[in-house]
Amino acid sequence: MPQISQFAESWYAASQIFWVLLTFGFVFLVIGRGMLPKIEATVDARDRKVADDLAAAKAAHSAADNLEESYRQQSDASRVAAQKAVADAKAKAARDAEKRLAKVDAELAEKLTAAEADVGAARKSAMAEIESVAAEAASDLVAKLSGAKVGAADAKAAVKAVLHG
Amino acid sequence: MADQGKVDPMHQFEVQKIFDMFHVGNHEVAFTTSALWMIVAGLLLWAFMIGGMKRQLVPGRWQVAVEGFTGFITNMMNANIGPEGRKYTPYVFSLFMFILMLNILGLAPLGLFGVHPFTVTSHFTITGFLAILSFSIVLIVGFWRHGLHFFSLFVPHGTPIWLMWLIPVIELVSFLVRPFSLALRLFVAMTAGHVLMKVFASFIIDGLAASPVIGAGVGIPSMALMVGISGLELLVAGIQAYVFALLTSLYLNDAINLH
Repeated sequence: MPQISQFAESWYAASQIFWVLLTFGFVFLVIGRGMLPKIEATVDARDRKVADDLAAAKAAHSAADNLEESYRQQSDASRVAAQKAVADAKAKAARDAEKRLAKVDAELAEKLTAAEADVGAARKSAMAEIESVAAEAASDLVAKLSGAKVGAADAKAAVKAVLHG
Repeated sequence: MADQGKVDPMHQFEVQKIFDMFHVGNHEVAFTTSALWMIVAGLLLWAFMIGGMKRQLVPGRWQVAVEGFTGFITNMMNANIGPEGRKYTPYVFSLFMFILMLNILGLAPLGLFGVHPFTVTSHFTITGFLAILSFSIVLIVGFWRHGLHFFSLFVPHGTPIWLMWLIPVIELVSFLVRPFSLALRLFVAMTAGHVLMKVFASFIIDGLAASPVIGAGVGIPSMALMVGISGLELLVAGIQAYVFALLTSLYLNDAINLH
């Protein structure tokens, strides 16, 4: 095994240690201490940037959510207001119509009563006229048929009795 | 290669000296194949990481690949240690990437282009160095943060009083074994895998040398197995690098968050 037998040669161990010290020293100082921290810093910066961007996106998302929520609330509120306005207008219109109707009803009833009164009066006067005409006719008839003169008051009483039962 | 054209499966682990450099005491420091592959691994790693340095907010493919690796280790440190683990991420990341690159380079089919690959992590001088480095960091961090209180690591929660003479000893031994297990695991996994592949390759060569019939009978199943084992070894290359980094992070967690 040369790894063991070569120890017999005076240059073997010294050369191996010398060169591994030199080359590993180079790797450690130039690559490990020099380059690695810079690469790690790049990776860290990228990770931080990604995290920041994600946080910003999240914030924007929640802001958009809030905006949408407030928009929804606003539109809900305005819809409710519109519905209320429509209902108010409907109720007012119904109330107005009722009032007008009542007024018209009252007028009509008044007119009706007046008309009824007129009709009653006309009937009464007509009845009175019928009575007097009937009494005259009756007294005339009696005079023509029998030649007897009937007093106006008697004729009237007789007609009244017949007319009113 | 040993005598008579036999394939020596251990030859691949031999470190070849390319040229001498200087002396430290009576030890000679040379530029070796091992050093060459470590430099190649370091440079490839550096080139790979450069692609991740565009630092764009929306990353390209290369940047995603690099960030995938860094994120993998960063997440592991966060999960095992917590926010305080970030301080140690550069070390664990370097460890993971360096070992992974060395493991994969050792498996790369560079032989097709006439280059002789060498698995640096199959030597316990290398894995041992990295393991002792990790262990030292754990000890330094532990004593730095907790002082002598760090020794309470050896007394787990809920230890009955009458077991106080035994449990800390067991804990101490298991703690001291850590660097060895860390080093040996990687070294053994890499060595075993590469030996296995060389052994199957030698079956094909030896079979063909014996006769075409034997060569086909032995070579075809061996080749099929080698294809499978190559995939498995790639998996092992990743897993061993991950295990080394994971255990380092767990040991660091002991030192940082004592109980």
